Amino acid sequence: MMNLISSFAIPVMIVGIIVFGLAKHINVYDSFIDGAKSGLESTIQIAAPLVGLLVGISALRGSGAMELLAKVLAPVTGYLGVPSDVLPLALLRPVSGSGSVAIVNDIFKNCGPDSLAGKIASVMMGSTETTFYTIAVYFGAVGIKNVRHTVKSALVADLTGMVMAVILVRIIMT
Amino acid sequence: MLNYIWSGMILISFAVAIFTGRIEETTAAAMEGAGNAIQTCIGLLGVMCLWSGIAKIAENSGLTSVFAKLLRPVTKVVFPKLKSESAALNAIVLNMVANLFGMGNAATPLGIAAMKELDKENCYRGTASNEMCMFVVINTASIQLIPSTVISLRQMFGSENPSGIVVPVWICSICAVIMGVLAAKVFERRGKGRL
Repeated sequence: MMNLISSFAIPVMIVGIIVFGLAKHINVYDSFIDGAKSGLESTIQIAAPLVGLLVGISALRGSGAMELLAKVLAPVTGYLGVPSDVLPLALLRPVSGSGSVAIVNDIFKNCGPDSLAGKIASVMMGSTETTFYTIAVYFGAVGIKNVRHTVKSALVADLTGMVMAVILVRIIMT
Repeated sequence: MLNYIWSGMILISFAVAIFTGRIEETTAAAMEGAGNAIQTCIGLLGVMCLWSGIAKIAENSGLTSVFAKLLRPVTKVVFPKLKSESAALNAIVLNMVANLFGMGNAATPLGIAAMKELDKENCYRGTASNEMCMFVVINTASIQLIPSTVISLRQMFGSENPSGIVVPVWICSICAVIMGVLAAKVFERRGKGRL
């Protein structure tokens, strides 16, 4: 059932939006091109940070540092049912968007996107945002330094998202 | 912060590499990583263009305003002190809809506009109002109808069912937002953070 909804979600959205646009008499093709161009720009913009962070993560893997970290954290992650590959993502997700893409890339390469780790990583990646970046940009824009309880509440949200990701994927996969 | 994280990653890698005797392997992995990053970007370009294009159609056709009206009841619960017709509430709703459609480029300027409107109603200079905190929390736990980046990454790596994770993502995002909002409502009354 979940798969059915998931498969239909994208076609329904695309067709629906185009039909709505036509009904409103706008030139959907021109709008599409307009939007596509800005999509191009933003993807190019993450290229450089992605190189930096993927170099960092690949180096960590190549040197064996990740394995060491995983061994150290094994009792904790085993108890929680979290694959050790996913832990770096959980830690870095609130901090860096391109770093998260790099880690997900890495997990997919080493474990495959449909493995337990791959699916958990996918759901984690899709359901939370880069907390500290958002806080910095939004409060920075209005010159506010005292953000009070924002960080705590946002991290509660992130933690919930990650815990739910692990729980849901485990339920689905068994 | 990323400054320390990134330099830390590289330095720690090579330090560990010396101990584990895997220096060549580490260097090779680093180079490969650089190449992989660009391959990933190239792979992402197509899907990003597709979704940004579709999202622009939604914006130009006014679909986003329709969704904005649907979100009004929700925003009344989350932002009880903002009046229905306030400019701040309008901007907040537009930002939420932009996030829903995965329009990151549009969402950020809209979000900044919303913060500026909220600041006008904020009497405590330099300190975040409850509404501001709530708004930022909702943004960090944002709900996307289609998490396009993840789906296209999955496809690139040969997933059997790239978009199969969409429904779990919805569920997780909704739980995250609810918990975030609850946490904000609890914290705004307690402790040293109180206004």
